[in-house]
Amino acid sequence: MSGVRVRGLRIDGPEGAIVRGLDLDVAPGECVAIVGESGAGKSLSARALLGLVPEGLSWSTEALEIDGASAQSLTERDWRRLRGRRIALVSQDALVSLDPLRRVGAEVAEPIRIHEPAVRGGALVGRVHDSLRRVALPEPERRARQYPHELSGGLRQRALIASALSATPAVLVADEPTTALDATVQARVLALLRRIADDGVAVVFISHDLGAVARVADRVVVMHEGRVVETGVTAEVLASPRDPVTRELVAAVSHEPLGRAPRADAPIFTAEGITKRFGERVAVDDVSFEVRRGRTLAVVGESGSGKTTLARLAVGVTRADAGRLRFDERDWTPGVARGADRRRVQLVQQNPWGALDPRWSVGRTLAEAAAAGGVPRAARRSAVAALLDEVGLSPAFARRRPAQLSGGQRQRVAIARALAVSPDLLVLDEPVSALDASVRAKILERLLDLQRERDLAMIFVTHDLDVVAAIADDVIVMKDGRVVDQGTVSCVFAAPRHPFTRELLAAAGLGTPAE
Amino acid sequence: MTAVVAGRHRTRPGAVVALSLAGVVLAVIALAAVAPGLLATHDPLLTDVRAALQPPSAAHWFGTDQSGRDVYSRVVFGAGRSVGIGLLATGLALVVGVVVGSLSAVAPRWADAAAMRVVDVLLAFPEFLVALLVVAVLGPGPANIAVAVTIAAVPVYVRLARAQTRSLAAAEHVEAARIIGVPAVVVHGRHVLPGVLGAVSVLATIGVGTSILAAAGLSFLGLGPTEPTPEWGLMLSAGRNLLLQAPWVAVFPGLAITATVVSVSVVGRILRARSEERGA
Repeated sequence: MSGVRVRGLRIDGPEGAIVRGLDLDVAPGECVAIVGESGAGKSLSARALLGLVPEGLSWSTEALEIDGASAQSLTERDWRRLRGRRIALVSQDALVSLDPLRRVGAEVAEPIRIHEPAVRGGALVGRVHDSLRRVALPEPERRARQYPHELSGGLRQRALIASALSATPAVLVADEPTTALDATVQARVLALLRRIADDGVAVVFISHDLGAVARVADRVVVMHEGRVVETGVTAEVLASPRDPVTRELVAAVSHEPLGRAPRADAPIFTAEGITKRFGERVAVDDVSFEVRRGRTLAVVGESGSGKTTLARLAVGVTRADAGRLRFDERDWTPGVARGADRRRVQLVQQNPWGALDPRWSVGRTLAEAAAAGGVPRAARRSAVAALLDEVGLSPAFARRRPAQLSGGQRQRVAIARALAVSPDLLVLDEPVSALDASVRAKILERLLDLQRERDLAMIFVTHDLDVVAAIADDVIVMKDGRVVDQGTVSCVFAAPRHPFTRELLAAAGLGTPAE
Repeated sequence: MTAVVAGRHRTRPGAVVALSLAGVVLAVIALAAVAPGLLATHDPLLTDVRAALQPPSAAHWFGTDQSGRDVYSRVVFGAGRSVGIGLLATGLALVVGVVVGSLSAVAPRWADAAAMRVVDVLLAFPEFLVALLVVAVLGPGPANIAVAVTIAAVPVYVRLARAQTRSLAAAEHVEAARIIGVPAVVVHGRHVLPGVLGAVSVLATIGVGTSILAAAGLSFLGLGPTEPTPEWGLMLSAGRNLLLQAPWVAVFPGLAITATVVSVSVVGRILRARSEERGA
């Protein structure tokens, strides 16, 4: 058969085996997904298919066939003849993968120039436009003359796929091609990949997102610590996972709405018609909502919809241009948010890598927060241990520096720091979007427990509707700074009013697509 | 996404050799600066006209100058003054730079703009020319040389300190500290200034070499210490007329300057590469 056939792929690094025996068959017209957590070895395996294993690692296969020809023990020169012509790679970040100084057309033409030098002039231009049309890039003639920075993220990813496909390879390896994209854009790129497979290309799809996998892949290979733990038809594996690793992955992305009873007490935080402008641009436009103790409001939208600005307004670090925010029956502005009141509303930031002082140990960071919360010097050490325990970390973490922590551990520390000053309202700005699905599920669980124990009110900013289902009671959906849909999670999910909400739900595989 | 794990930080063997060589040179110079008596073989000021302009020998390792003074001992005794002026100037420039730069970063916009325009003007002239101008105004002398070199070096430190302060003040972890309710001044002292100092002091380790060179240059022009004080720039100046008859009089102080400047830059550059790797 043609397509890809791999037997016993092993990749060894200086600290032991990274991939321990991967078998993979992908027929033409089929899309096979390799899924797993960060560090499972899926990305390296994908690169090995193109002979692109980084220097310093050794790799071997018992058999490797690409498009019907053996690709075992090839020289770099032979590999170059294969790449682009027989097998091509689409990587995660189109902004880095496309040359910023070259027009899209030149980028797409490159594989053809290399592998089919006979195609030149008008014929080459025609092929480039065909390739761009194949990925459904609107106005291919105009786009071919543009530079990557002139395209949006989704169009850039399409252009990258077009350049990978231009020399008509039989195999396409897509390494997390949609991770950096907004949900609705992601859905369109996934549909494109499915169509490419249906056109007869063998597609290898690398992802940690089972939602995406379910939409494109015929079969799925689940990897864990370099080993294949489960393979099978996608629908069957997702419906009845056999291996505990797969079960955890599946559980992490399929949440039922919480369905907690609404609270009847007065809201602790309300926003009435708040508006924030940056120059001409209206980032937040006439937004109103309320949050009650022990309950969570989710703020959903795509990048640029004003979610983060809304979070910063709620925390009281930015001043609203119009409308009013009220916290605990008083007006809430940066002027009020000082001293002891400052501590009552806390923020957990999006980026766990920047949230902690790189020079400070975790213990010192948390002790600073405890001191700000009024814990006397003598009790700080035990307060730090208690905080670490609350977010599910052992006291030994106090001695570590941020560089020695994983993304999930950092985010736990950031949450612990926010909790150290005993806030009444916690604002979380995309706290789990940088994390793997199973780490995400554990942190969400922890947050729900903390909410119950401390009767915390939470505003949870996210672009992921599955996360909304897992943690929120109410939701507002934002588009271009405006609220387009609002209500309890179960109501909005069951009966979305705005077409944008329907599109988001469809993109997440949660709702009825727009008619 | 699965990061491709690269090997741990590997120091190139060349860097190790360069670093240890530079370290040895600096250690010797530091010893000479602190306790010249331990290394010198003669009194640096003792003249002996009968032994004038002798080439290097077992008695006089670097030879003697036109007054018969031992060049080796003068180089050893000169270390303190020559390196001292450079260090002092760099230290002053660092302190002034961090204070002015970080204040400028948080100052009202008009004050910031005014300070930056002064910095722009200073940066528009070559450093050595600024130093010369300052000495011309203040008059010659070792202390004035240190001040002149400081003023010439300071704009770069101001710029760096200001940029670092601004980017750190907007960093997420700094905002996080403010949001937990730590007072703004305390946040600045705890989270911003240490980072600024780290970046600026790396620049300073490289700048020490330039400052030593500038100070020696001013002495060479006769604007610093006067005869018979042992100082490398001054010795170089005295030896330049004898370059054909008695090259050792000028060559050894010149070598001392070169070795110091090169060693300091090597160490400075390696330190900078390390700190960039850490992402500081």
